[in-house]
Amino acid sequence: MALNSRIPEGSIDKKWDQHQFKMKLVNPANRRKYDIIVVGTGLAGASAAATLGELGYNVKTFCFQDSPRRAHSIAAQGGINAAKNYKYDGDSVYRLFYDTVKGGDYRSREANVYRLAQNSVKIIDQCVAQGVPFAREYGGLLDNRSFGGAQVSRTFYAKGQTGQQLLLAAYSALNRQIKAGTVKSYNRHEMIELVVVDGHARGIITRDLVSGKIERHAAHAVLLCTGGYGNVFYLTTYARGSNASAIWRAHKKGAYFGNPCYTQIHPTCIPVSGDHQSKLTLMSESLRNDGRVWVPKAEGDKRKAADIPENERDYYLERKYPSFGNLVPRDIASRAAKEACDNGKGVGTTGLAVYLDFKDSINRLGKDAIEARYGNLFDMYKQITGEDPYQEPMRIYPAVHYTMGGLWVDYNLMTTIPGLYALGEANFSDHGANRLGASALMQGLSDGYFIISSTISDYLADIERKPISSELPEFEKAESEAKEKIAKLLSIKGKKTVHEFQRELGLIMWNYCGMARNEKGLKEGIEKIKSLRKDFWSDLLIPGDEKELNQNLEKAGRTADFMELGELMMLDALNRNESCGGHFRDEYQTPENEAKRDDENFAFVSAWEYKGESNFEMHKEELTFENVKLTQRSYK
Amino acid sequence: MSKFIDVFTSSIGRKIVMSLTGLFLFSFLIIHVSGNTLLFHDDGGEAFNAYSQFMAHNPIIRTIEILLFAGFILHIIQSLIITIKNRGARQKSYDTNKANQNSNWYSRNMGFFGVVLLIFLIVHLGDYFFESRFTDEISYDVNGNINMYDEVAASFKNGYYSAFYIVCMVFLAFHLIHGFQSAFQSLGLRHKMYTQLIRFVGISLSIIIPALFAAMPVYFYFKP
Amino acid sequence: MLSLRKGVINNTAMGMNNNMKFTLKVWRQKNTSESGKFEHYEAENISDEMSFLEMLDVVNEQLIKKGIDPISFDHDCREGICGTCGVMINGRAHGPLRGVTTCQLHMRSFKNGDTIIIEPWRATAFPVLKDLVVDRSSFERIQQSGAYVSVNTGAAPDANAIPIPKEDADEAFNSAACIGCGACVAACKNSSAMLFVSAKVSQYDLLPQGKVESNTRVIDMVDAMDAEGFGNCTNTEACEAECPKGISVSNIARLNRLYIKSKLFS
Ligand SMILES: Cc1cc2nc3c(=O)[nH]c(=O)nc-3n(C[C@H](O)[C@H](O)[C@H](O)COP(=O)(O)OP(=O)(O)OC[C@H]3O[C@@H](n4cnc5c(N)ncnc54)[C@H](O)[C@@H]3O)c2cc1C
Ligand code: HEM
Ligand code: HEM
Ligand code: SF4
Ligand code: F3S
Ligand code: FES
Repeated sequence: MALNSRIPEGSIDKKWDQHQFKMKLVNPANRRKYDIIVVGTGLAGASAAATLGELGYNVKTFCFQDSPRRAHSIAAQGGINAAKNYKYDGDSVYRLFYDTVKGGDYRSREANVYRLAQNSVKIIDQCVAQGVPFAREYGGLLDNRSFGGAQVSRTFYAKGQTGQQLLLAAYSALNRQIKAGTVKSYNRHEMIELVVVDGHARGIITRDLVSGKIERHAAHAVLLCTGGYGNVFYLTTYARGSNASAIWRAHKKGAYFGNPCYTQIHPTCIPVSGDHQSKLTLMSESLRNDGRVWVPKAEGDKRKAADIPENERDYYLERKYPSFGNLVPRDIASRAAKEACDNGKGVGTTGLAVYLDFKDSINRLGKDAIEARYGNLFDMYKQITGEDPYQEPMRIYPAVHYTMGGLWVDYNLMTTIPGLYALGEANFSDHGANRLGASALMQGLSDGYFIISSTISDYLADIERKPISSELPEFEKAESEAKEKIAKLLSIKGKKTVHEFQRELGLIMWNYCGMARNEKGLKEGIEKIKSLRKDFWSDLLIPGDEKELNQNLEKAGRTADFMELGELMMLDALNRNESCGGHFRDEYQTPENEAKRDDENFAFVSAWEYKGESNFEMHKEELTFENVKLTQRSYK
Repeated sequence: MSKFIDVFTSSIGRKIVMSLTGLFLFSFLIIHVSGNTLLFHDDGGEAFNAYSQFMAHNPIIRTIEILLFAGFILHIIQSLIITIKNRGARQKSYDTNKANQNSNWYSRNMGFFGVVLLIFLIVHLGDYFFESRFTDEISYDVNGNINMYDEVAASFKNGYYSAFYIVCMVFLAFHLIHGFQSAFQSLGLRHKMYTQLIRFVGISLSIIIPALFAAMPVYFYFKP
Repeated sequence: MLSLRKGVINNTAMGMNNNMKFTLKVWRQKNTSESGKFEHYEAENISDEMSFLEMLDVVNEQLIKKGIDPISFDHDCREGICGTCGVMINGRAHGPLRGVTTCQLHMRSFKNGDTIIIEPWRATAFPVLKDLVVDRSSFERIQQSGAYVSVNTGAAPDANAIPIPKEDADEAFNSAACIGCGACVAACKNSSAMLFVSAKVSQYDLLPQGKVESNTRVIDMVDAMDAEGFGNCTNTEACEAECPKGISVSNIARLNRLYIKSKLFS
């Protein structure tokens, strides 16, 4: 199938408006006759469900947590970008668009990104009207901060809990619709299969995680807003439950997967402390404003930080990037830390950490000033590590944080399966090969509040209004497939727990498809995944049965999907013979060890089609840049 | 109308009733303890008896008395309903609950104090109030007033009786220490500045009033 | 154990002291209808670096290998923000520390050899689903009854059209920081949900956007709360002490005030 991105004609600033006008509408009186399923209640899902409910559609939402409000979006800390230009510092829709395309290392669609920048402005209005307590100045107007090295202050924030506040607002809008009867929410329900009827998405199969009941839900359209798939790496900043199952099962039913190898690694996370570790905690990037990153010059130097004299320390970021120093972008900072540790200069008991030292700032600005800026982060660090960062330098290490890849969608956010949409982190759309800080929240809400309601009507207006029956043979089949899969998992009765498999898979992914990748490693990695997968299906041990709350069974299903997705990620990474953004191939670097893009051959989106186990076909969506000039990033 | 009835049946409504009646009872205690300090007046009870006489016969006081009893009854009924409901809100209790580390023990035992106070009131009213109003077993002093003073003085000669009073006053103190500020909180009267003041006044009065009451049995017991 | 490209990750190799030991006394209950009981388990090879939930992970792995059903407990973010986790640990909601959730508690807060008693939140309005997992859908229904501003997507004026005093915005934020974990209910001797409900009501009442609907919101949410079978607040303030987000009981006073206002004076 040829990919049609449905990017409208016209100049970039008119595309969306004209497109909105051209799309078909559904008569208000008819809307309630359409059933829409929204899987996922993070920023993307909750905002979409609420908006569709307001318009009068009949919506069902699903999430695996016990409340929509607990979706992973809740954990976003830093903020949300918007081209409001309240600071009058030269920001504009165009600049946000430009920064995002450049930040994504020129691997995103111009038209999508421009629309995102346009919508950003409305998002803030919407959120304030819903009662989001954004930070304010003394004059009562909204405050902004700069983020991720942007030259303008365009990030709106609510202390370090922006995602929480935005999600609670979207959740409140959702609750309003639940009360109004337009939305029905199914919590502790996991989507385990997509139902496709005559080539169109027509429903899902779910498992009630408390009773274990398998249920069918039919609808005229299905929205997947199920977040990112970073947990394939196991140790990440994601919530433990974040998973790829919904999008993966849709992929296996025909939805193409876009840019699976694009992964973002965040440089400032609290390092691994041992093999019991279940997650990594992100420490705000802002710490790099006042902290200096260093490692000992000598390999294997196990002295305490305080005992290492100044001239035996290597402030490697300042050394390598004199003009940006400690403030280089995420991908560069992450790779440099990895390099130092790979060279045996890592610190701490594990040797997998670098120092982030505040001593100079404390001496210069005083402890109080540092406490005022980062007090809560320092406390968090102390709580987790038991060490006092006012006394000893922090230890940090990069961790997987976001996946730019996801289901391939057209300009309307529709996947290659008609009637199936993907929103938020679950799609591949707007961030190219690297996402800028504070842009994921923006994208989720833009998709959910401001795009899907227009584009979905264009689809629904063309299809029949009569209810979809869940008695169709396709539902029957999907349900029995899902049940068989569960039965198969439970029947293995081997010796290894899901947890062990998850960790092994994560390590393979991290070692062979992590911050830096190369052909040999990727090929090796693919083989390792294949053999691990075999092991999984023959030696897995799941306690309990399927007719009860069974957390190991849930995890097993998700891990099974990760094991397949991991292979596709490696394949995509292997296929992309260039370095760009979060995708760094050892073979493709500039003499200064920076990512070297190949615009000639790789300015495209890779959209993978599932053809059977370990069998994927790549389709290209060429990227054309009419407004932004492609340049090599330099931070020297 | 249903709106008005809700005030007595919703969770917060019940609390409003509790706090209003509680404060009303508190104000009664202030008057009662002030009047009763006349007992310390060493005049053979003349002043106290005059006061009692006034309290017992003045029509305004008699009307307020009806209100007072209504207040007690409302307060008691609501407190019983609340206590029972709250028990039901946790059918299975914790095996281990270190509540001491998150709250004051007396704030958790209001119901118990209340029951003690109820017993106290039954005894107290039975001895003084009903006797003086509804029976003939009373004497009169030189001014022709009912001789409450002798009545009181005589009863506190009994050590057990006095001890009972004193113990009850300790419970009363705790009931009030929590109850006073709790009433303000329940009515939503809380303010960054005034809450500290309310707390201070509340605790002071909640100790002073029961202490004065408790001093009475002590005084008469040791009075030659 | 697990090998990294450079070296081996494994606690002993990394010099961790994995030698802590605990006896767990854990509430086990198969489902809502069956009655549960306590079981004792030995937790071995525990390191002080582990979080409380990681300790449970380790114990669960050991249980699975022994053919015992692992202990079910709720969790997701493991960094104190989603509000999913939460158990009673040695008689304290979210354990002995103040201002942290169960997932933020680390084993260094316990003494080697201790017996740790772990129970689910207990409240009639939070029935146990399995082991330590409870059903908090009562919180959902309360929020659905009115915890929102009635504004449709696209209908909002410019975000800076209404200036809001910084103090009000900050206070609204403090109330809005509630993570809906239910520790307030669990700690309250009356199983009252007042802290939670008052935090929600306050957040909206403190902002002009939410103030418009304050009267109906307060009444609807209190009615919904009462219908769920939570107890009455008697101002013991255990909730504030155990709330991982430090939500203040001044919110409860505000709720009471607003309730009186909307019931009797409007
Ligand atoms: C620590 C951290 C900090 C971050 N900080 C920022 C920041 O400051 N600024 C920023 O812009 N971005 C930030 N991000 C990124 C951002 O938070 C996410 O990309 C974004 O919130 C994703 O939203 P979403 O709606 O797409 O998905 P999610 O919020 O992940 O929601 C996924 C939903 O899908 C449901 N779900 C998943 N699978 C299934 C299934 N099989 N069946 C049923 N339901 C399912 C879940 O229950 C959930 O409701 C941060 C991310 C992390 C990890
Ligand atoms: C005689 C039986 C009594 C019983 C059973 C009783 C019971 C209670 C109970 C259970 C409470 C707790 C509820 C709460 O904290 O809000 C309470 C509160 C209170 N009680 Fe009593 N009480 C009794 C008598 C008194 C008396 C005699 C007084 C004062 C003279 C009094 C004053 C108060 C006050 C001020 C409150 C606080 C109300 C509030 O917080 O809303 N009570 N009472
Ligand atoms: C040592 C302490 C006390 C003494 C000596 C005392 C004495 C008296 C006397 C003499 C009367 C009868 C008055 C009359 O007949 O008019 C009376 C009435 C009453 N007392 Fe007390 N009292 C004491 C403490 C208390 C306390 C602590 C309470 C409440 C908790 C209380 C509540 C009442 C009530 C409700 C009445 C009846 C109403 C009235 O007559 O005003 N008393 N008391
Ligand atoms: S008020 Fe505190 S304890 Fe209660 S649910 Fe909210 S965060 Fe948890
Ligand atoms: S602990 Fe309970 S009694 Fe009230 S003040 Fe908190 S809800
Ligand atoms: S797991 Fe999210 S708060 Fe503990």
